[in-house]
Amino acid sequence: MVTFTLNGKELEVKEGTTILEVAREQGINIPTLCYHEEMSAYGACRLCLVEVVKRGWPSIQPACLYPAQNGIEVNTDTERVRKSRKILLELYLARSPDSQAIIDIAKEYGVRDTRFKLKESERSECILCGLCVRACAEISKRHAISFAHRGSKRMIQTPFAELADTCVGCQACAFVCPTGVIKIDEAD
Amino acid sequence: MEQEITTRVKPISAPADMAAMKEQCKAALERRKICFRVCAGTACIAGGSLDVYEELKNQIQQRGIDVNVELLFEGGETEAGASTSGCHGFCQMGPLVRVEPQGTFYNKVKVDDVPNIISATLEEQGVVEELLFENQDGTRATTEKEVPFYAGQKRIVLGGCGTINPEDIRNYFAVDGYQALAKCLREMSPEDVVEEVKKSGLRGRGGGGFPAGRKWESAAKAIGRPKYIICNADEGDPGAFMDRSLIEGNPQSVIEGMIISAYGVGAKYGVVYVRAEYPLAVTRLFKAIDQARDYGLLGNNIMGTGFDFDIEVFQGAGAFVCGESSALRASIEGLPGEPTAKYDHATDKGLWEKPTVLNNVETFANVPIIINKGADWYASMGTDNSKGTKVFSLVGNIVNTGLIEVEMGTTLRKIIFDIGGGIPDGKKFKAVQTGGPSGGCLPADKLDMPVDFDQLKEAGSMMGSGGMIVMDEGACVVNVAKYFIEFCNDESCGKCISCRDGSAALLDILDRICEGEGREEDLETMEDLCHCIDDASMCGLGTSLPNPVLSTLQYFRDEYLAHIKDKNCPAKVCKPLFTYEVITDNCKMCGLCFRNCPSDAVIWKKKEVAEIIQDKCVKCGICKEVCKFGAVE
Repeated sequence: MVTFTLNGKELEVKEGTTILEVAREQGINIPTLCYHEEMSAYGACRLCLVEVVKRGWPSIQPACLYPAQNGIEVNTDTERVRKSRKILLELYLARSPDSQAIIDIAKEYGVRDTRFKLKESERSECILCGLCVRACAEISKRHAISFAHRGSKRMIQTPFAELADTCVGCQACAFVCPTGVIKIDEAD
Repeated sequence: MEQEITTRVKPISAPADMAAMKEQCKAALERRKICFRVCAGTACIAGGSLDVYEELKNQIQQRGIDVNVELLFEGGETEAGASTSGCHGFCQMGPLVRVEPQGTFYNKVKVDDVPNIISATLEEQGVVEELLFENQDGTRATTEKEVPFYAGQKRIVLGGCGTINPEDIRNYFAVDGYQALAKCLREMSPEDVVEEVKKSGLRGRGGGGFPAGRKWESAAKAIGRPKYIICNADEGDPGAFMDRSLIEGNPQSVIEGMIISAYGVGAKYGVVYVRAEYPLAVTRLFKAIDQARDYGLLGNNIMGTGFDFDIEVFQGAGAFVCGESSALRASIEGLPGEPTAKYDHATDKGLWEKPTVLNNVETFANVPIIINKGADWYASMGTDNSKGTKVFSLVGNIVNTGLIEVEMGTTLRKIIFDIGGGIPDGKKFKAVQTGGPSGGCLPADKLDMPVDFDQLKEAGSMMGSGGMIVMDEGACVVNVAKYFIEFCNDESCGKCISCRDGSAALLDILDRICEGEGREEDLETMEDLCHCIDDASMCGLGTSLPNPVLSTLQYFRDEYLAHIKDKNCPAKVCKPLFTYEVITDNCKMCGLCFRNCPSDAVIWKKKEVAEIIQDKCVKCGICKEVCKFGAVE
């Protein structure tokens, strides 16, 4: 067991528990886009950032991956955290301006507009959270999709961009997609 | 290249045998009375140094002298021979040839110069005056020591680069090679080794600057087995070639450093992660590992002491991010080269979840020197918190492009002006980018700053692995920041939105400023975004990518404002922000601009003042360059 402080409250939890798991149990809201309790945490959406003070040093860490440790102090809603989240949401709005899921979270943080502009080729309703990739690999165990390319060219793809013969049409990818960008074509 | 070692070698059977081995190899190489040492670093090879080497060998042979190196090791002697070496450092003046033991230092040597060099050396005991380095006052420097480029340096790690043949381990033996390992195995316990490296104050040379001894100590104490030693040779910063040159020039020193590290922490396996884009380094590395194995310095029962350690080479496929430790490990494990969150130390759970020491090429190359000369000697060099020397690749708008090594704490001014020879073409110094794309851009008033890990960080830049890009007044800092952000956007793995889309958004703003469409609020927006990218990104690539923008905003804010408010690029780089015009009073109506314009944008007739048609002008600047009367501005 480890003891640490979350938003001023001292808590004792099992070793290896992440900050996000503890926070959700405590009813503390931390926004996420790439997290699902049935799958491994990935840490790509960065929205779950929290401020952690360890041995006097403050740093910003993703709650979904960061394990609770003895003596640390965690705050889920500091000025620094809110500022970073707001800018991340501006980036999400620049990437997926028409996605209702993004617009809704942004609204919660008072973000209605974005100062940033991405090229047409960099915009997409897919936010590359990787939930579909993990669902396919960890839940359905089909490994039919994965990330391809890097940087702004990164995308979700089947092997060699061909119809994946391991795909059984289970639709788990579409089910977990937070922006609903994966469409199921019943005909095939 | 030189002949392969053909004779079957006898492995070293005890650490005590190394001393005799050194004497034997030294004596053998000294039986070659004169050696023409040709630089075979990548830059000199590109300049034709291998042809010079072949020609030297041919011509010596034509004089009836046997140039076979094996002859020396069989006890024979020769009048003269030729040999290759790794990078001498002075890439600007290559191909380089040094005559040993006199030390005569020839630069820009061509195949046609070979007869002169040979006859001057072998017949007249003289020198070829016109191939010697010419000082600014017209005097000639005969040896390297007299050349200002070398005079200000302290070449310790690079000591073997440029003086020994990197493809023959016996050359390394002759200059104290593997004496440090023998010393460790003979008289030091693993704890002593770690303690010695700790005491030396050696900090990681890959960028982070973490104390190497402390890293080794944690790995030595870790419980998991087996343990791994990884040498990070995935050098990817634009304009950086320190690690490449070290591996090309003295691969055995890196291997010896890894073996000593393995002995200190109790590791059995080592991996060198090297870029596949470094073919010469890869070839020499493979050769060096094979030769070390032949001599019983790698593999089972090293030097007959029962200590086992072997090294594998892993060639990276070219992703910059794979130089980041967790991505590098993922790449070796066969996973996509993508960083993962690290809350366990790699010294506890690294490669394959086992205790791992990961150090940079230069860090390992420092180790044999520390063991040989002692931690106290090493710690006497440098500043309070940065000991020893640092290798830099000096590039950009600088007279002496090349590979240098200076004591920690040397000022930027000394590096750029004394060693680097200053800025070419009488232009003014503007800025220097240290630490590669993750570093910062420092202005002229930082020139007297001593270079060490902490000072650079405080100034908003970083040591990085040692790339140093010098810029003259012709460089536009906005454009420079744009270049580095473009690089990071290309090389981001794309996992974190902050790094992937954050860099793309930064690039969009910088693009706009360079096009003359910048807005005043852009500067604040960029600062906000930069701080978010730093806070929110997972790995070092993301957290440091804002540095070029933040440092230029800090030191060159006026230049950003000139772009935004005055729609003017003071350095005349951003094409939409300036025009070329003919100054009527200065124009002598010669028509040179008209004849040289590549886009027919100049109207001119005999005895008439030229005129530039802005619609056709591509702003290449040739008209300004060719005008002898300063009539184009």
